[in-house]
Amino acid sequence: MSLSIIESCVNCWACEPICPNDAIYEASPHFLIDPKKCTECEGDYADAQCATICPIEGAILTAFDEPYNPPGSLTGIPPEKMAEAMAEIQAR
Amino acid sequence: MELKVLGQEEASEAPKGGCSAGSCGSNDDQMSHLPESIREKVYNHPCYSEEAHHYFARMHVAVAPACNIQCHYCNRKYDCANESRPGVVSELLTPDQAVKKTMAVAANIPQMTVLGIAGPGDPLANPERTFETFRQLSEKAPDIKLCVSTNGLALPDCVDELAKHNIDHVTITINTVDPEIGAKIYPWIFWNNRRIRGAKGAKILIEQQQKGLEMLVEKGILVKVNSVMIPGVNDEHLQEVSRIVKSKGAFLHNVMPLIAEAEHGTFYGVMGQRGPSAKELQDLQDACSGDMNMMRHCRQCRADAVGLLGEDRGSEFTLDKIEHMDIDYEAAMEKRAKVHEAIENELNEKRTEKDDSNIVSLAEVAEEGKSYRPVLMAVATSGGGVINQHFGHAREFLVYEASTEGVRFISHRKVEDLYCSGGDTCGDGETVLQGIIRVLEGCEAVLCSKIGYEPWSELEEAGIQPNGEHAMEAIEEGVFAVYKEMIESGKLDQETDAEKVTA
Repeated sequence: MSLSIIESCVNCWACEPICPNDAIYEASPHFLIDPKKCTECEGDYADAQCATICPIEGAILTAFDEPYNPPGSLTGIPPEKMAEAMAEIQAR
Repeated sequence: MELKVLGQEEASEAPKGGCSAGSCGSNDDQMSHLPESIREKVYNHPCYSEEAHHYFARMHVAVAPACNIQCHYCNRKYDCANESRPGVVSELLTPDQAVKKTMAVAANIPQMTVLGIAGPGDPLANPERTFETFRQLSEKAPDIKLCVSTNGLALPDCVDELAKHNIDHVTITINTVDPEIGAKIYPWIFWNNRRIRGAKGAKILIEQQQKGLEMLVEKGILVKVNSVMIPGVNDEHLQEVSRIVKSKGAFLHNVMPLIAEAEHGTFYGVMGQRGPSAKELQDLQDACSGDMNMMRHCRQCRADAVGLLGEDRGSEFTLDKIEHMDIDYEAAMEKRAKVHEAIENELNEKRTEKDDSNIVSLAEVAEEGKSYRPVLMAVATSGGGVINQHFGHAREFLVYEASTEGVRFISHRKVEDLYCSGGDTCGDGETVLQGIIRVLEGCEAVLCSKIGYEPWSELEEAGIQPNGEHAMEAIEEGVFAVYKEMIESGKLDQETDAEKVTA
């Protein structure tokens, strides 16, 4: 089982040094997780480290391809409020 | 009445060095009473001395992308070339690239004295990249001051390492000392392998910040505290923050206005949290200044800014451009030493001149027994501490307060984007000039080197007297001369007490 990083990653490097398995590597256009090395931190930590420091909602997926940090869970911005603000900006 | 003569106290207390008369954003008395060892550290640091920021430049290198906390005024999607605010950068650098860039800038902008690492994440959450940059620079460019800015979470663990690299200046962003308020600013921190949310996380952050501050002061490292003023969240509380950090030995407090726009995608921006008005900010800074040395000239710059505080020359030093620059640092260092010496001489000369001009006291124009209200004036300058910019070219104005106590620097006010496409911040159909008039609210005069006919009359109508008569004069002298003229014309005669209360 392995987590994965998707295109919303902003390449902030926060996850790379804290992975206990050295499973995370710099790649273009964004960081990637080596599925052969990733253990989801089982046995090492209660929470998957990369997903625990990652500041971007949705950038890291669970083994079931669901966002580890769903919209609103890190910024505290309710998703509907964000959608409203974006629509308002688009309409300008 | 006995009128104070400009700069007199400073002249007698501090015959050399320190802050020039009346002008220093960082409270004059505290600056002029500084021991020589500290004065030596700050006199050419544009972020620690208001006077220095007219002459000396700084740069940030963006080597530190990772962060260990989330702040509600920050969005980690930071790659924007056109915005100027903290946490924003165009390209991330490796330590090697950062060293190359620093030396290229130091060779091309000899006024550059300071290299800071300020993100775009938290420098101390990237200790290897940050300290590798410092290690190389202290070896290869020993004439550059190194400094770092941090949220403080990892600070206690890094103090020894900072001291080892000769880091003389550390800025800690402290927005609160109360975990409940902290919970409204910091949604989470990463601590001991967990994401800790709310007041519990904020409490740990606050404890680490305070501990780090104490440890730095213990080591004799100069600490500046930055606070973001967030109306309704921490605005009243910041006076307490100011008192506490001062009592623990922080040198300078920089209260900055919250920047929050929906398009930044930050919590505060999207949720409609407003920033403070210029007046609210000034009132808070004034309220804190009784306890603390305040910084008022901060431009809230990008994590890759280059140049004088009011300018950004980063685009001249992109990676592909510095790649082709051939730098002889030995030669550059000699040139830099000469340039710095010339600036110092100029500053000392100005101080002496100022002392002479102090003979010109207000007594010439002021009438016995009368009091005169203070006046805010805006100044267009492109550096050097003189009124030397055309009104139409100014991207920002420096605001000074003239009173019978002298002239003091209050703040800068940015002219909103001259090429703004309209809409969000400009209001409907507002011209650039109307925007400037709005930005200059509260000012009664604007001093510049030149000004066109059209803006002249519009400014006058808006109650802001344009003045081009003091071109190339030192700012404080020009401002004071205009203040004297205003006194002479009877404009500033105090209203009755009843009127004063409502004023």
